[in-house]
Amino acid sequence: MVVTNQYVADSATLLEIYKRAALLKANDERARKVILSGQIAMVYYSYRGQEIIPSVMGQVLRDDDTICTIYRGIHDMLGKGFPLRPLWAELAGRVTGSCKGKGGPMHLTYPPKGIMVTTGIVGSSAPIANGLAWAAQLDKSDRVSVCTFGDGASNIGAVHEAMNMASIWKLPTIFVCQNNLFAEHTTFEKMTGGQNIANRAAGYGMPGVRVNGNDPEEMYSAFAQAVARARAGEGPTLLECMTFRFFGHNFGDDDSYIPKEQKAAAMEADPVPALRARLIADRIASEDELAAIEADIEAQIDDALQFALESPWPDPDDLRFDVFEKEIAA
Amino acid sequence: MSAEKAAKPKVTIIEAIAKAYHDIFADDPKVITLGEDLADPEGGGIAKITKGLSTTCGDDRVRSTPISEQAIMGAAIGASLAGYKPIAEIMLMNFTTVAMDMIVNHAAKLRFMSGGQTSVPIVIRTMTGLGFGSGGQHCDYLEAWFAHTAGIKVVAASTPDDAYGLLRSAVDDPDPVIFIENLPTYRVPMAFELPDSSHRVPLGKAAVQREGSDVTVISYARMAVEARAAAAQAAEQGVSVEVIDLRTIAPWDRETVLASVRKTGRVVIAHEAVKEHGVGAEIAAVINEELFGQLKKPVKRLGGAFSAVPYSRPLESAYAPDAARILAAILELAK
Repeated sequence: MVVTNQYVADSATLLEIYKRAALLKANDERARKVILSGQIAMVYYSYRGQEIIPSVMGQVLRDDDTICTIYRGIHDMLGKGFPLRPLWAELAGRVTGSCKGKGGPMHLTYPPKGIMVTTGIVGSSAPIANGLAWAAQLDKSDRVSVCTFGDGASNIGAVHEAMNMASIWKLPTIFVCQNNLFAEHTTFEKMTGGQNIANRAAGYGMPGVRVNGNDPEEMYSAFAQAVARARAGEGPTLLECMTFRFFGHNFGDDDSYIPKEQKAAAMEADPVPALRARLIADRIASEDELAAIEADIEAQIDDALQFALESPWPDPDDLRFDVFEKEIAA
Repeated sequence: MSAEKAAKPKVTIIEAIAKAYHDIFADDPKVITLGEDLADPEGGGIAKITKGLSTTCGDDRVRSTPISEQAIMGAAIGASLAGYKPIAEIMLMNFTTVAMDMIVNHAAKLRFMSGGQTSVPIVIRTMTGLGFGSGGQHCDYLEAWFAHTAGIKVVAASTPDDAYGLLRSAVDDPDPVIFIENLPTYRVPMAFELPDSSHRVPLGKAAVQREGSDVTVISYARMAVEARAAAAQAAEQGVSVEVIDLRTIAPWDRETVLASVRKTGRVVIAHEAVKEHGVGAEIAAVINEELFGQLKKPVKRLGGAFSAVPYSRPLESAYAPDAARILAAILELAK
């Protein structure tokens, strides 16, 4: 559906969205390359193809707005401003990582940018996001709490409980379902009654909107409206952002269950180069300007990767720390 | 130190918990609470512990919830990440099972997994205990599950004094604490005064509730009440029993336990939870590791039967230890 409201991404906004999307795309490509090269061994869930959704979110949200994301969430975090050095050092398991190497790719955390929880449990971002939203209400702040999850998570009980609670308490929670059409290896079509997640919002008494998550203008319009609603104390919104995951569930998955034609068509419509072409066609940015932005991104990733690989490993004694506030006796 | 301080039994554990709750809310504006039926329009909780609180402190801080344990725990965790100190009531301990992901994967682990960037200073209050014929899904003691999880503290009181002091310490604690309340001993008057608002019982510190030299009995929650009764009866038969109430089940007070066992060399551990793989097994193992050779008899463990908690009265009575069975164990060791 086409969303029409007062929230329109102007040219400058589209360029900013592209800068984020280009970073997300480049970072994913580098991550897969780094794993293949053997430089870093890690569990990795590629988000390639889903970059526009968090690029828009990052553009709309403030640093004090919080986000609870999931194991396929590095795009959400980079969109929200997770700095590259502590990110890559954490991926590499080094003590300079944001979580001192204790969390890893599935539990990246960075409170200065509101990145509060990354969960490896499908659907568990939603109940916790409500608590952050409750805190915003208690603080009488207009900050919002975003939780992201996939189409697969829409079928777990925690998400249902969280949406109902958010509705009755009018919490400033924004439920962002990134529907990439696959729950691990299984199709959305096969596992989702009603074939529509946004429609479920009606059952909770909140607005639900299905948008093309790969279209920056449509995504911006819908997300900015949801944020404005939440900031105004009008309660939660469920956004179902349609997208596509280019690669398998996790790195190493041969994704043979994704029909070849479907995958080829999705990659043909790759939303990041599409936005790039649009910026050039509409003279929002020149080829040279965009190339410079992309080169700068590559240089930043180079720097972060080098920083990570040159950083020390954690000490085995670190296991005693951060279990409780007070360290466990040696 | 005797657990029964004053002469006349007059204060109940539930009164102490209710007072603690109200004092905590008066003292600390960052404390909030949520759970099923907690607010005044719903009666102030099934045990009325929070009665009056939502009227005094407002609906923002005191919230009745849907019957949604995952949402309750998630909301508590999220609010704690933003600087609040939530007390989440999961009405009955068996209902923690439907919130285990939130408790075990998130509340207990977020501090560690974030490298100390975030913390989850929540208290989970939950009630349990057999004696009402409620069968297999309303009265289990599941403390061993939580004690086995790094990052969460487990607390249970057996006196009004300790209930008050432990709940206040649990709320002040920077880490998640599960606070287990025993339903059948809630309303039993005990010889205590209601504590004043400065009273605290430190977490991780056991209480020697009765000093003795022949046998050490280690327990907590209702079993500590039973142990005190058994110790009094043993004294009449000339056996001197030291009664230790762990109060904090995890992390437990090794120092106090080991000091007592060094003295007596004979140990009974009693809990209502299933004996197999229970907390008693951990304590017995540590005693064995630390004091092998100083024991006069093998450690004796008493616990619930390896079955679901049964309904029928004779079965329910047979299920868990009581003062008589603790006394029998004491006397056998003292032979």
